[in-house]
Amino acid sequence: MTYLIIQTLNGLFSAALLFLIASGLTLVFGVMRIVNIAHGSFYMLGAYVAATVIARSQSLVLGAIAAVIAVAALGLGVEMLFLRRFTARPLAQMMLTMGFALVFRDATFMIWGGDPFTLPYPPGLRGSAEAAGVVFPAYRLFVVAVAAGVGVCLWLLNDKTLIGARLRAAVDDPEMASGTGINVALLSGLVFAAGAGLAAFGGVMGGPILGGYPGIDFDLLPLAFVVVIIGGMGSLKGALVGSIVVGMIDNFGKALAPELSYFTLFAPMVIVLALKPTGLYGRT
Amino acid sequence: MAGHSDRDGLKAVRYIGAAVLLLIVIPPFLTSYWIGLLTQMIIFAILAMSLDILLGYTGLPSLGHAGIFGVAAYVVAVLSTAYRAGFWVSAASGIAGGALISALFGLLVSHVRDVYFLMITLALGMVLWGVSYRWIPVTGGDNGISGIPRLDATGGLPIDGALAFYYLMLIVLVSCGALLALFVASPFGFTLRGIRENESRMKSLGFNTWLHCYLSYVVSGVFASVAGVAWAYYNGFVSPTYLDLTASSELFLMVTLGGPGTLIGPAFGAGAIVLLKNVISGYTQRWLLILGAIYILTILCAPQGLWNLWKRRAG
Repeated sequence: MTYLIIQTLNGLFSAALLFLIASGLTLVFGVMRIVNIAHGSFYMLGAYVAATVIARSQSLVLGAIAAVIAVAALGLGVEMLFLRRFTARPLAQMMLTMGFALVFRDATFMIWGGDPFTLPYPPGLRGSAEAAGVVFPAYRLFVVAVAAGVGVCLWLLNDKTLIGARLRAAVDDPEMASGTGINVALLSGLVFAAGAGLAAFGGVMGGPILGGYPGIDFDLLPLAFVVVIIGGMGSLKGALVGSIVVGMIDNFGKALAPELSYFTLFAPMVIVLALKPTGLYGRT
Repeated sequence: MAGHSDRDGLKAVRYIGAAVLLLIVIPPFLTSYWIGLLTQMIIFAILAMSLDILLGYTGLPSLGHAGIFGVAAYVVAVLSTAYRAGFWVSAASGIAGGALISALFGLLVSHVRDVYFLMITLALGMVLWGVSYRWIPVTGGDNGISGIPRLDATGGLPIDGALAFYYLMLIVLVSCGALLALFVASPFGFTLRGIRENESRMKSLGFNTWLHCYLSYVVSGVFASVAGVAWAYYNGFVSPTYLDLTASSELFLMVTLGGPGTLIGPAFGAGAIVLLKNVISGYTQRWLLILGAIYILTILCAPQGLWNLWKRRAG
């Protein structure tokens, strides 16, 4: 029973990280129809920038803020200078993000070298929490709580604010949205930057446990894609449900049948695709 | 991308003939390094042409194509090392294995289009990569499988030395190219182009578009498997890096850079990328950076591919 609870909590931790990555990916897809291959790179860059800033300033908060801002700015630059020229041409946009993913990977290697690292734990969250006889690392619980907070903020932003309403309009029908005076181009840039920032934030939150190394970008990207495919592309709710499904299955799969872990991970995707090609909450 | 006129076709045939002639005459005068490099270029040309069937002619952007190539290579590797199978058994099983995987995956992807197709094939390609990486008892995991016997040792074919293997590959390339050219020139091939341009119209004309896409996926997979078998014998070694996302995206670039929907363009694109990769790797470690830059430049400057660009200039 204890084992089950611990594995479930571990699964929730994976789900929390996946949600931070996949929510940005799904939003970018929903608004701009961009399959962003560079999304994992934003996660990776977030971890590296945070590590550098933390090493200089000894401040975790500063590191997190710097990582999110720097990567969001980078995302905004990529969107405004390159992706925007290829609106409504998803293949060209995908290939551009692929090019950037390769450039970012190699640039990271060039700047920071190939040594893997982990970020320091926040003070006070190093140890473990104990409840009802189950000992659990406090930091993982913290990440789950933070991701839940981010999820609530995104939901409020999306459902309760004017920006959210414009966003939903742009997702549903970009042409009509721009016809009613919504600046879809500006909105797209902001969404892309926000997605990049969220991924970088994921990199910071996952930093103490997963750390950073060249290649983590393409290690996480397929997982994020599976989340988005299961949940339905463009759906925030789908990203949440998909993250929990994938996080749990990945965790239990690794614990129970490590050699087949990739298989157990992709099985639900195949089932969902066979039954509902648009994903659980996706619309055609 | 548009239909070819007879004059265009004749011109293309002339260029292809000249290229093949050069590929026959020159190699005996080259060092073994260049013969090996040319063999690599030829194998990837076959692979790129197979992807062109999907990406260029059917308009289905597969980002997991290296996975199918990898399955065929792994089947050859496992059979010829662990089970000591001969050339014919290994090669036939490799192609059958790749075809089987395509037939299976085809069922999952043939009803989706565009970016959905892209994401799903990406994920499926990663499944294959994951299997090759984690199924250690069979695939050797990260270490891969080495010691695939050279062709002369297995005794299946009287091929001795790199030059003979090169000519064998050239024959395979020309045969695959001819078969694929016949395939895209057939009514079936024209239906695929119709689906690429306007699927709902093809549907209302009574074509079973699902079946056409499915068969296109399988045909493309079979030719990718041929390249995979060739690669296993050329390299003597397979590892998960040959089927990861970077490999699939390199393949994607070969087709886009060369010119999707032309067959010959992707073949040259593959040759160019393999050549650049090997030459640049001799000077610098920054191959990925340069590859990324080529990607971005291709999209910015020649989104239709060099062959189409050149054809428009010339014509």
